[in-house]
Amino acid sequence: MHGRLKVKTSEEQAEAKRLEREQKLKLYQSATQTVFQKRQAGELDESVLELTSQILGANPDFATLWNCRREVLQRLEVQKSPEELAALVKAELGFLESCLRVNPKSYGTWHHRCWLLGRLPEANWARELELCARFLEVDERNFHCWDYRRFVAAQAAVPPAEELAFTDSLITRNFSNYSSWHYRSCLLPQLHPQPDSGPQGRLPEDVLLKELELVQNAFFTDPNDQSAWFYHRWLLGRADPQDALHCLHVSRDEACLTVSFSRPLLVGSRTETLLLLVDESPLAVAWRTPDGRNRPSHVWLCDLPATSLNDQLPQHTFRVIWTAGGAQKECVLLKGRQEGWCRDSATDEQLFRCELSVEKSTVLQSELESCKELQELEPENKWCLLTIILLMRALDPLQYEKETLQYFQTLKAVDPMRAAYLDDLRSKFLLENSVLKMEYAEVRVLHLGHKVLQANDNTIESLDGVTNLPRLQELFLCNNPACSAPASRLLPQAGPPQPAGQPPVPSSGHLGASGRAAAFSSQQPHLRDSAPAPCPLTYWN
Amino acid sequence: MDNRLPTEFDVVVIGTGLPESILAAACSRSGQRVLHLDSRSYYGGNWASFSFSGLLSWLKEYQQNSDIGEESTAAWQDMIHETEEGITLRKKDETIQHTEVFCYASQDVDGNIEETDDLQKNPSWVASSTLIKPLDSACLSEEMHSLYVSSYEVPAKGTPENNGEVTDIAETLVKEEYCGYKTYKHRVSDGAKDEIKPILEDNSDPPKGNRITYSQIVEEGRRFNIDLVSKLLYSQGLLIDLLIKSNVSRYAEFKNVTRILAFREGKVEQVPCSRADVFNSKELTVVEKRMLMKFLTFCLDYEQHPDEYRAFTQCSFSEYLKTKKLTPSLQHFVLHSIAMMSESSCTTIEGLKATKNFLQCLGKFGNTPFLFPLYGQGEIPQCFCRMCAVFGGIYCLRHKVQCLVVDKESGRCKAIIDHLGQRINAKYFIVEDSYLSEETCSNVQYEQISRAVLITDQSILKTDSDQQISILIVPPVEPGACAVRVTELCSSTMTCMKDTCLVHLTCSSSKTAREDLESVVKKLFTPYAETEIDKEELAKPRLLWALYFNMRDSSGVSRSSYNGLPSNVYVCTGPDCGLGNEHAVKQAETLFKEIFPSEEFCPPPPNPEDVFFDGDDKQPEPLGANTIIIAQLESSEGSKNLESSEKHLQN
Repeated sequence: MHGRLKVKTSEEQAEAKRLEREQKLKLYQSATQTVFQKRQAGELDESVLELTSQILGANPDFATLWNCRREVLQRLEVQKSPEELAALVKAELGFLESCLRVNPKSYGTWHHRCWLLGRLPEANWARELELCARFLEVDERNFHCWDYRRFVAAQAAVPPAEELAFTDSLITRNFSNYSSWHYRSCLLPQLHPQPDSGPQGRLPEDVLLKELELVQNAFFTDPNDQSAWFYHRWLLGRADPQDALHCLHVSRDEACLTVSFSRPLLVGSRTETLLLLVDESPLAVAWRTPDGRNRPSHVWLCDLPATSLNDQLPQHTFRVIWTAGGAQKECVLLKGRQEGWCRDSATDEQLFRCELSVEKSTVLQSELESCKELQELEPENKWCLLTIILLMRALDPLQYEKETLQYFQTLKAVDPMRAAYLDDLRSKFLLENSVLKMEYAEVRVLHLGHKVLQANDNTIESLDGVTNLPRLQELFLCNNPACSAPASRLLPQAGPPQPAGQPPVPSSGHLGASGRAAAFSSQQPHLRDSAPAPCPLTYWN
Repeated sequence: MDNRLPTEFDVVVIGTGLPESILAAACSRSGQRVLHLDSRSYYGGNWASFSFSGLLSWLKEYQQNSDIGEESTAAWQDMIHETEEGITLRKKDETIQHTEVFCYASQDVDGNIEETDDLQKNPSWVASSTLIKPLDSACLSEEMHSLYVSSYEVPAKGTPENNGEVTDIAETLVKEEYCGYKTYKHRVSDGAKDEIKPILEDNSDPPKGNRITYSQIVEEGRRFNIDLVSKLLYSQGLLIDLLIKSNVSRYAEFKNVTRILAFREGKVEQVPCSRADVFNSKELTVVEKRMLMKFLTFCLDYEQHPDEYRAFTQCSFSEYLKTKKLTPSLQHFVLHSIAMMSESSCTTIEGLKATKNFLQCLGKFGNTPFLFPLYGQGEIPQCFCRMCAVFGGIYCLRHKVQCLVVDKESGRCKAIIDHLGQRINAKYFIVEDSYLSEETCSNVQYEQISRAVLITDQSILKTDSDQQISILIVPPVEPGACAVRVTELCSSTMTCMKDTCLVHLTCSSSKTAREDLESVVKKLFTPYAETEIDKEELAKPRLLWALYFNMRDSSGVSRSSYNGLPSNVYVCTGPDCGLGNEHAVKQAETLFKEIFPSEEFCPPPPNPEDVFFDGDDKQPEPLGANTIIIAQLESSEGSKNLESSEKHLQN
């Protein structure tokens, strides 16, 4: 029969394929070589554009070649007429698109496009937005493209409301989209700027409630999708609490003023300075950390000149102003006294920083109820359990203490992979709760007057945090898992403490639980700003 | 024109419905010489899609069919040898019954028709469905082909002095513009001259801009592709798999069904079935969302959790759903819209299996599990025919076969004799069952499918976009009756004109199509009228035109119930009532395996670069569209079908 079909055998096909690949490799290598030679010789002309486009067209991730192209384009910019340049730019944009089709997640390609568009006097931003929309239609989670879109939106001054509507449309299609939720978190504060008095990043309540409803819909639909929980966490805790000065202490003996902050801060860098007013007149002093290292710290000290401490006046007033955060505190040194101090009590201010910090506790309360509802339906969902724990913590750590501990139990059982992290979090909460209880009972945690810390019979493994206790003189560490660290790191400022414990005396140590929790929080990126060492322990007299 | 065909083939396929077309493609693909015939002037048989005028001609054909008596069968007698005998094939198609047409759209033609003052302007539903008893009682007695036709405005007692004149004008107009329609219309008038009156609009009330008139429908008739069977393709179904595997998919284009709807407590609602739907739903509370998602997630791998349903295997699925903390609306959604099962008869396991199947199809091409072929379901058989033709199959439409020639000694079929008296030899014969004679089928019992085709002015659930493709299951009012499946197509599916929707209703029959379906039509639609006051009624889409008919469902007939068929004659059934095309594909594959046990069924075609022709024979023919031979394409329908498939090939 005529016209009968014959099909090549698989061996024939394989051979043809192999030859083709060989040919490709040869071309690739020779083109690369030529480009490098030309670049070395400074021959940055259009032929380099041609050669690099051959290679980049097949492999857009060759970053050096993108650099090469930039050099060529920069040179041509000077040489060419505006018309020629326009044609060149048009070709370059087209070429970039073809590269993005080869690899829509190529760092080099997106970066090159940013660079090119940024140089154009009259870039067609509408077209770029359209390009982003197209690529995000194919892969709605392509963060390279999201990144580029934010660049374009900023350049083209797209109203945040339009961009928000865009994130809406993508979330509607598939809410498991970290980039889209994240973009919302950037856009919403822009759309609803709060009056100066409010902390940065807070949302008006109606907007907040609408977002909470949206995100609730997401995690009720699929509680195992992390993206919605992340956004939920942001909505409830997005506003960082303002920096505060917790404690001020002035010592006549040592001619020294000590300040403790609500979080580790770096004092002395350009704008963020700590002003000291002695009897309402500024005094220039040199601030230092207890361990002498210039890095963010809870505690900063300065030496005072004798004039500020003389006994002529009935009292001296020391006012410290933290310029960056607008926080200040004042303490008085009375005539005849050796020291003066001022500190917050647990009842005045939030002592411990919470993950969730929405002003209105009604919002937190209703979120807690929704989460509990979800937890009943999904008793084993770890995100839900963790959120409940954090909500309870933010609402009332003591009232919910028992419940929180039960939830920890459940959470550890359903998420054994993170048992150690949960143990740390639990221990941190317990410690904070103990401090709070004592504070509420007006019982000081430590005998401040004695400058002695009794820490026998604990599970303290390291003494790193002790450097934050500059006035500490005696530390008891009997019956703790000892650990060694250079003795010099311990309390260098106020003179070495007299270790009064039984041998073996630990030369260094730290208040384990909270320090470790902080370390873990950095390994667990989903827990933002886990709390640092609790403040009341940082200072006493 | 020489109509003579080659006389030697490996396989002769009679009928161009979906299973026959798949088989033809499979045979041709595996190197068989295939002759594919259809006595009709169009492809697809009962799987076909028609333009509006095409559909009217189709209706007319059934009307005429009933008038043609059995021709003498002696013509082929002298063509066969003494050692042979003939098995006659049926001359007329008897698979369609109880066709009834209703036109609601106004039939004015640009105000050319004089005003008739005393016509009823706002007739009730009852008036609109008044039947005009057809012509002669002979036709009625034949029953199978009685064509009931009614016009919209039919005053029971008209004004006789106007009647004749008006009818004539209307007839003339129609006659001038649409020849095909004329005869049809005329027949109606013949029988019912005193009662028929075309709808005329009061000229004092000029038509509003967006109102669709009947003449517009006729004018834009080519925009319609009206399916005889209403089916969808499951994204993970056998047909999709076959289309992809065999590369036939390149001849067709598809759109994803956009919505799954439910009809509950008199209201049409959208069923949230995908994750995105559930998330976006405004109707469900968050707890309902969780319960629904939880249940659906479980259904996806229910086999892994036998404890969850073991205790309920003896219960019905609806009973089982009641135990799953689902609210009544969610139970309705799962049972009727997702599992698409009946309340009374479906067991828990069947329900879980159907739900799983639905869910597995989700997300492959979009947010619903179904695809609809652009230009209608009728495209699919043609795509397979194209594949067959590409590999050398020969096509003849309007080619009747008089009889099968059987060798007495071996009992095998040797040849066919066509209507031209030509004898064509082959080894295997594949016949669609509507071609088999009454004698052959005397023991066969058939089911029936009730169908309605509606042209409406808007969607049954309006949203921002009017381009929606929806499927809706309306559960029966009385338990035990059949649910009615409604698919609504928008103009972007290339099956209807702009600003209209094409609605298909399907259920398995218990009575005539109209009796089975009219109650659902009334619930969802309101007849088109010029002055509509009732607000509630206004919310419903309005009917412009409606067709009811019953189609024979032979899908359950087993091969053994036919009398005296040779073993090398294979029978394909007509369309079944189901939503998917699984039955047709399975049937084609089974028959192919029976005929050619060692051949692969529709393997992927080779890469064009790897294909070359064996050069030692005659002049090689180039591959491609021009090898398709379509004989006897005088009919406009035939060329229309060819055009539309040509269009896709280019795409």
